[in-house]
This record gives sequence, structure tokens and C-alpha cells, in this order.
Amino acid sequence: MHKIWAQRKAEAAVQKLEQKRPAGSTPAERLLQKELSELVELKDTKIIPTESILKFNMLYRPSEGYYKGGEFEFKFVIGTNFPHEPPKVLCTNHIYHPNIDTAGNICLNILREDWKPVLNIQAVIFGIRMLFQEPNPEDPLNKDAAKQMVNNPQEFARIVKSSMSGYRIGDVEYDNVLVGLEHDKAW
Amino acid sequence: MTSISACATGYERFLKLKAPHVKDFELVNELGETPQEQLSKAVLVIGAGGLGCEILKNLAMTGFKNIHVIDMDTIDISNLNRQFLFRTKDVGKPKAEVAAEFIRQRSPEISITAHYKRIQDMPEEFYLGLSLIVCGLDSIDARRWINAYIHELADRHGMEGFKPIVDGGTEGLKGNMRVILPKVNACFECGLDIYPPKVTYPICTIANTPRLPEHCIEWASVLEWPRVFPDTKLDGDNVDQINWVVEQASERAASFNISGITFSLAQGVVKNIIPAIASTNAIIAAACTNEAFKIITGSNPYLDNSLLYVGDSGMYFLTYPLFQNDDCIVCGQKEGTIEISSDSTLQQLIEALQEHNTFQLKAPSLTYSSTNLYFQGPPMLEEKTRPNLEKKLCQLFESGSALTVTDPTLPTSLRVIVNFSDFEQQQEEGSK
Repeated sequence: MHKIWAQRKAEAAVQKLEQKRPAGSTPAERLLQKELSELVELKDTKIIPTESILKFNMLYRPSEGYYKGGEFEFKFVIGTNFPHEPPKVLCTNHIYHPNIDTAGNICLNILREDWKPVLNIQAVIFGIRMLFQEPNPEDPLNKDAAKQMVNNPQEFARIVKSSMSGYRIGDVEYDNVLVGLEHDKAW
Repeated sequence: MTSISACATGYERFLKLKAPHVKDFELVNELGETPQEQLSKAVLVIGAGGLGCEILKNLAMTGFKNIHVIDMDTIDISNLNRQFLFRTKDVGKPKAEVAAEFIRQRSPEISITAHYKRIQDMPEEFYLGLSLIVCGLDSIDARRWINAYIHELADRHGMEGFKPIVDGGTEGLKGNMRVILPKVNACFECGLDIYPPKVTYPICTIANTPRLPEHCIEWASVLEWPRVFPDTKLDGDNVDQINWVVEQASERAASFNISGITFSLAQGVVKNIIPAIASTNAIIAAACTNEAFKIITGSNPYLDNSLLYVGDSGMYFLTYPLFQNDDCIVCGQKEGTIEISSDSTLQQLIEALQEHNTFQLKAPSLTYSSTNLYFQGPPMLEEKTRPNLEKKLCQLFESGSALTVTDPTLPTSLRVIVNFSDFEQQQEEGSK
């Protein structure tokens, strides 16, 4: 062991510093720094940073599908165990969606049971966009919405539209997420 | 490879000592240390739980004379079936302290120091004073932290900061062990993806189609708890809170004709408790201790570098060398130094990094400690960190600081130590 190290030491002179330095970044922070700074820029999503690299919000304006015209906010919290564990993502708006409940929980397989350490933030963003372009009534979180989507797609579309303008449906009050005419404009 | 007979020699020489570790014995290792000196080097045991108790007992019985043990936990009644250094009267006391006291009573000649703390709270001098670390942990988090920290020490202090880690882990009838020599072989992070992920269930199953008692417990703890108590984080050690989960889960289970909700199952699911079997801990801890002994005395070749014990489907042991991952975010991280005047702006530092012959970066993003200095993207983060570009370096950090730099051209991050070329001059002026 000593020999191996001595050899390595000879190969590359190791920088020795006496003064104290604050603890370096954690592996999770380093990975996120790399991932965030190199995210593929998408026209329909925007990342809103906070002071900590481990927390940020994402705004998403679907360009097609039932949810076109709305702007949805997602809160990302990444634990120190990333990428061993997936990021925690919640939708902060009350919305009517087969795969999202009114508490903001999102039923996306890669956020839970199908998460793998090779996946990354980009994959989660693509996953969320897919849920809005093509909601999946097969694995519902909001059962009523899923049933409606299968049985009466037109009525489903109508409810989605009115929920997005902030109407109360049944005993749930939805958030107004419409962005109006500016929608197609870039941020 | 060393031959079997040669392997036996080193260890037989130890056995032939007249009495364990007599003073006048001539056997010295390659550094000229006697066996007494070798075994008097400080060894840290991280974790005083199932594995930790076994490791501490084994180290003491093997002749280690200078042991440190660190654990942030206190003793729970459910630990007593396997954590044999603890008795009923010890429930509620710090694990590290009770374990150390037991060893002290049994073998007063051993110097054993307890640290009832988190590993993150120990100072750098403490880690520098160690010769070896043996981990008996149940958390990936803590392993990743100590692994990254030890690699940083090796980077900064060379041989003095070189601390081998012997890491043990068990899960039911399965176990594993790793010998990690910082920067020499595969580190913990290199093999992170071989560790099984936490068991989780699809959230839609939990919400709509529960089939198992675990689904009902997750419904109560993951969905209902945050809805009913939005401002309180569920605490797996709080009996009242777990009872609430049991109550909610039982009600739901009944309506879906599911049975089997118990307090211990609920706590197990909430805390993600991995079943522990005393003898698996004994097997892995024994293997860890022997490797620790061989590494610290140099008596025999040690494990290269991973061991797997599979006892749940037949029984076999497998040892294999895990290869270093070139793109590893910890041990694959390169380090470099750059000299620049403290009057330079961050913008100028970035340009210097781009023009630097060894780095040749394209679009570097920089952080210092947990502060974002400059990010190339996403746009709002770039905008937010842009004002830093005009700032002088001496306003942002001190000379000798290590920045974490990422760049599209690099597979992993780069640690760049920034030395101010006018540092000495500044120091002199300061002292005048």
C-alpha cells in the first residue's frame, strides 16, 4: 500500500496546502452543477434558480395537447443522495390532470419505482412534458379525470380548459394557470 | 500475484510472537515500524450498530490498540437482539459511548475514544491523525460523504492524507465488503450504481389500487401525512406519528381487504429499514477486521477490492476487482492550479481557464464551496450569476481556494485551486 502511494506521488507531485478551506462540494452538487449548466435549452420550459443548487423551480408552457395555453410550475428538490435516489418533484399548481393529484404529487415512473442512477434532471423534464402532451389514463392518480378522459374525451378537454382558468369543479378549486395571448411568445 | 506460501509467512510471523506484541520483537514493516507500532496506529470505526459492535470486538481481540468509534445514534430497544455490546439499561444512551465503555472494561490496555457525533462534524486534524477507516454503516449517504472527503484529503495532503477505507455492508442474508485505497483503486462512487435502490411503489398504485399492506402504509405516510400535516416531516422514530400511520393504513387496508398492517411493518416502511441478521453482520465484520489487520501491518496481501457474500439463494462468496470509473465524479475528478492576480475579475479567471494549456475549457461554470460563482446556463441562473463576472477575485474567495469547475469538454468536474500571484505581497502589506 505504501509503495503504491509513493509511486503515485512520484508520478504527480501532490499539491500541499496548509491553510484551511471550507469543505468542497458534495458529489451530488458537482453532478448538478454539470447537469444544470449543460441542460438542453427548451423553448417551452424555464428553470428558476434559488440560492441553493439543490433546489429550483421549473415553469412549463405546453405547446400542444389539452394543456396548451397554460403555464405550470414544478418544484425540484434534490437530496444529497442524488443520483442514487431520484429528485423530488411536485407540481405547485392545483390542476386537473389524470396523473397529478391536487396535492401536486406526480405519477411518473422515473420519479419513483423506475428511477436509475443513469437518469438525470433532463430525463425528468422530458418525462413531465410527456405527461402534459399525452396524459396517461392507464395509471391514474386522479381517477375521475382518467375515467373522464377515456369515456368522454371532449368533456375531459372542456373540464381541463375550465379548470385551467381557475374554476371550481366539484369541491376542488383549481388555479388559474392561463397565460393568454402571450403564450406563443418566447420568454 | 503473491504465492500462497508467501501469503502465509507474513501472518505466521505474527503468530510466532512470543507473547502478543512483545517489545523486543524484530519484525518491522517496510516503514520500519514494529508490530506494536503498527497496531497502535489510530483506526476509526464509523458506525457502532450491528456491524460496528462486531468490528469493535474483532479489532480489540486482534490486538488493535488505538481505536476511535463514531456514531450519531442512541440505543433503541430493537437493537439489543444483535448489537451485543449493549444491554437493556443502555437504551437511550449514545451507541458510540456505551460500545467504547464495554471494550474499555473488557480490555483496559486498549485506548478507545467515543465520538457521539456526525462524521461531518469531526475536524480535519482528526481525520489526518487516522491510519485506517473501517465502515459499518447502513446508509449510502454517509458512505458517499466519507468517500468524497477522504479523496479530498488524499488530494490535498498526499501520503499524510492517504486513509484506506474498509467498508462493510449487509442486508438480510447478503453482504459485501470493499477495500478502497483513495485514488489507487475504485472508490465508492465508482460503483454507486451496483447498490440496490430503495424499494418504492408506483404512486398511482398507492393511490388507487393497493394490493399489499406496504401500499397502504405508503399511502398513509407519503400521501396522507403531508396533506393532513403539511408543515411537519414524518419522523419514523416518533411512536405517536407511526401510530397515526398505522391507524390510517389499517382503515384503508380494511376497505381493500388487505391484512397485515403492524407497527413494526409501518416503521420498517417509513424508515426504509433493511432487515438485519446477526450472523451476516458477524461474517462481514470478521472479513473487514482481517483486511484492516493486513492493511495496517502489511503482513499479507489484502482484498482486491470487492467481496460479495450471497447467502439468500444457496451460498457463495465472490471476490472481484471493481475497476475505477474514469468519469467518476469523486476519484476521476482532476485537480489543477492556476496563478492569477487578486485584482483580476471572475471574467478574467474564466478567460484564463479557457486559454490555459492543460485545461482548455470551452464554457466553464464555477462554484466555490456552495456558492454559485458563474453558470453558463440555464438562462436565468446565468443572468443571476452574471454580476459576479465583474467582481474582483479577492471579493469572492481567498487565495488557495478550491473551485469546482464543470465544462462540456469534461466528463466530470475539475477542482481548480486559485492562487493569487500577489498573495505574498498582500500579506506583507497587511502586516505593515
